[in-house]
Amino acid sequence: MLRIRKLPIIIFALFIIVFPWVSRLIPVIQNYPDLMIFAGIYSLITIGLSLLMGYAGQISLGQAAFYGIGAYVSAILTATYGLNPWFCMIIGMIVAAIVAVLVGVPSLKLKGHYLAMATLAFGIIVFIIFNEEVEWTGGPDGMSGIPGLSMFGFAFDSVEKYYYLVWFFVFSVFVFTINVIQSRTGRALRAIHASEAASSAMGINVSRFKVVVFVYSAILASLAGSLYAYYLNFINPSTFDLFFSIKLLIMIALGGMHDIWGAIIGAFLITFLSFEWLHFFGEFEVIVYGVILLLVVIFLPQGMVGIPKIFKGLFNRKVSNG
Amino acid sequence: MPMEKITFANQLLQYLITGLTVGSTYAMVAIGFNIIYNVTEIINFAQGEFVMLGGLVMVFLHVAAGLPIVLAFPLTVIIVTLVGMLLDRLAIRPIRQPSVLTLIIATIAASIIIKGIAMFIWGKDPFDLPAFSGRNPIHFLGAVIQPQYFWIIGFLIVIVILLTLFFEKTIIGKAMSACADNPDAASLVGINVKRMILLSFALSAAIGAVAGITITPISLMEYDRGAMLAIKGFGAVVLGGLGSFPGAILGGLILGTIESFGAGLIHSGYKDAFALIVLLGALFLRPSGLLGSIEVSKFKRF
Amino acid sequence: MAFGGLMALINIHFNVKEGMVKAIIGPNGAGKTTLFNIITGTFPPTEGVVRFMGRPIQKLKAHEIAELGISRTFQTIELFGNMTVLENVMVGCHTRARSSFIASGLQLPHVKHKEEQIRAKAMEILKFVGLAEKFSESADSLPLGERKMLEIGRALATEPTLLCLDEPAAGLNETETEKASSLINAIKEKGITVLLVEHDMKVVMNISDEIMVLNYGEKIAEGLSEEIQNNPKVIEAYLGSSEEDRA
Repeated sequence: MLRIRKLPIIIFALFIIVFPWVSRLIPVIQNYPDLMIFAGIYSLITIGLSLLMGYAGQISLGQAAFYGIGAYVSAILTATYGLNPWFCMIIGMIVAAIVAVLVGVPSLKLKGHYLAMATLAFGIIVFIIFNEEVEWTGGPDGMSGIPGLSMFGFAFDSVEKYYYLVWFFVFSVFVFTINVIQSRTGRALRAIHASEAASSAMGINVSRFKVVVFVYSAILASLAGSLYAYYLNFINPSTFDLFFSIKLLIMIALGGMHDIWGAIIGAFLITFLSFEWLHFFGEFEVIVYGVILLLVVIFLPQGMVGIPKIFKGLFNRKVSNG
Repeated sequence: MPMEKITFANQLLQYLITGLTVGSTYAMVAIGFNIIYNVTEIINFAQGEFVMLGGLVMVFLHVAAGLPIVLAFPLTVIIVTLVGMLLDRLAIRPIRQPSVLTLIIATIAASIIIKGIAMFIWGKDPFDLPAFSGRNPIHFLGAVIQPQYFWIIGFLIVIVILLTLFFEKTIIGKAMSACADNPDAASLVGINVKRMILLSFALSAAIGAVAGITITPISLMEYDRGAMLAIKGFGAVVLGGLGSFPGAILGGLILGTIESFGAGLIHSGYKDAFALIVLLGALFLRPSGLLGSIEVSKFKRF
Repeated sequence: MAFGGLMALINIHFNVKEGMVKAIIGPNGAGKTTLFNIITGTFPPTEGVVRFMGRPIQKLKAHEIAELGISRTFQTIELFGNMTVLENVMVGCHTRARSSFIASGLQLPHVKHKEEQIRAKAMEILKFVGLAEKFSESADSLPLGERKMLEIGRALATEPTLLCLDEPAAGLNETETEKASSLINAIKEKGITVLLVEHDMKVVMNISDEIMVLNYGEKIAEGLSEEIQNNPKVIEAYLGSSEEDRA
């Protein structure tokens, strides 16, 4: 059984809950909760992507498009039409789901490089639309005046409050996704990854499953996009470009594609690299990302989650030799 | 009334000519894709970076360092070829368990590294190259033709002829074709498959460089042009049929023409989107391409 | 059945009666696996009708055919290497249960209950094929003979009416072949109809009720074992292709 242990989840949850208190006391990391919000937002996207790529074995290089759809639908409906932000978030997810079906049904019949290119092309087309439809989206200058989130009068208007909101979503999605992985559905996905021919022969509707996972990943990316928009109260198309889709790929590869924890680990590492640790590289952090991705794919194909197994392997060899 | 009719037809002709020119560039990128694909079954996402480097290195050698075109051109090709070979050595060969996904990721990683280094060296501004034989436009049936267009189409023809001779007449070329058909059998017969792979990257890089050098006098070149060129080149590949050289040319020319008409007639801002929509259309409706066959595409390894 | 100009199968007509074991034999390249692929829906025939329990199925997709009650194993053993032995069989149970994506994510009680049932059923099948002790091992780690049994077990989990076995004895030694033969007999006793492609003549003669012989895509003989053994066309087909001498 693909047993995903509960204890690490509980420990991690405790860490997340306690962290803002800790960071208040240590000046150097006082801005970390803000970073953790981004880590959480990215985790929502990577969890969906991990299910799609790591478990179901598909590829998507266009997730930035769904991230952007969530952000722009939320932004446009709230800023221009004044609708309730929570409602708009849901609308965003519905729009993303519909687009995912329209794009996914023909695309997921493709394999390998063709699928990668199809999702890549899709992502760029959506990016171009964000830039060109100036009347709706404000074009390259972006959209401002996006409201924040509040519930029954309680406004999520501080970093800490938003932090808990985002991580509440992340944990809910994380647990939900783990449940899916350990269920009959998750088994079917892993079967599809291993052998589509055998899966069909066992009665699994391969196309439908692929589309369902793709839609799920789109919905999560859209949720992340809405949360992003409501946090910064400003969005512009450059956030949702091809490079962001590639960054997501780096997060998954670095964290570990075949393990759902890899999604969160990767999101964390890249967020901190991106906002904190690579700052002195300025714009040239791109080169570092490329190098990291290359090193991971050559030397650490299982990602960071694979490191304990590597140590176990070395240890076992030493024990049997020594 | 008759005046306007002639003008519109002239416009169409203009779009056609521009389209064929740009299409030739896409065809060159597509040929580069096919060469690597035929030998390795890898789609090199960094293909567009060779084009970008071709343009920018030429700018450095000819404009900055002042070398004459006759010298700078081959030198640029050599340098970019070396980059291509480095890509194989550093990004492809070290991978221990190559799979479709890891190879895609490796070439993507390589492309962003190359792009980053290009940004470091040349900055973000676009650069220009003097046209090889001047910029006096030739007027033909009301359309304006830049002399550089002939260079681009001319080089495409030269490349096609040289490649055909290479693959059909030379021993190395035939060895490469053998690798493409059946790498296991090829290595059993003593062909060094690894060296053939290296050679395929070298050739693709060289052709990409020529594409970049020849297109820069017309559309300038900047550090981040690589991605779109690669995707459009891939569109040409799919349109024409993966692995097919005549397909690459046909696909490139058709793609360039559609893009040119689309940009001219409808809305320039969406210019790039046209090529992408054609790519999606080809992938969704006829992934084996216009000149490929469905059975063959089903039996390819991925 | 034509593949882009190549006729893989020509004018094949045959019946499989319920509850029997029918073998399809013939030299390599005769079209046997192609026939299987058509029956199980891997690809549709360019011409012709496949009827299952009276119903034409040649236009259905593979997973729909599996749901109707036809299951199969593969010549190349398509096990799910990324899962355990038990999980492989549990995937076989997939089509006889129902759960939605959302219900799985929320771990609703009926989902948990179904999971228990699937697990139990899969263990039953593992006992039936003799792999119960290895349930938690990775499917890839099993030796060839056991992998074949696992693949049959997985196919059985779909509760098939017709089981198509593609070369179940290929590559097996004496003991393993014995096990495979008795397993197929046990399957027949359960009332499941078996259609198999096989090269091992001993196995074919031992367990089949009827045999059909293909050569170059055409049916050259059909009938009971003794008739086939003495059929001159069959003998010629086998002697003609020098590598098939396993009687």
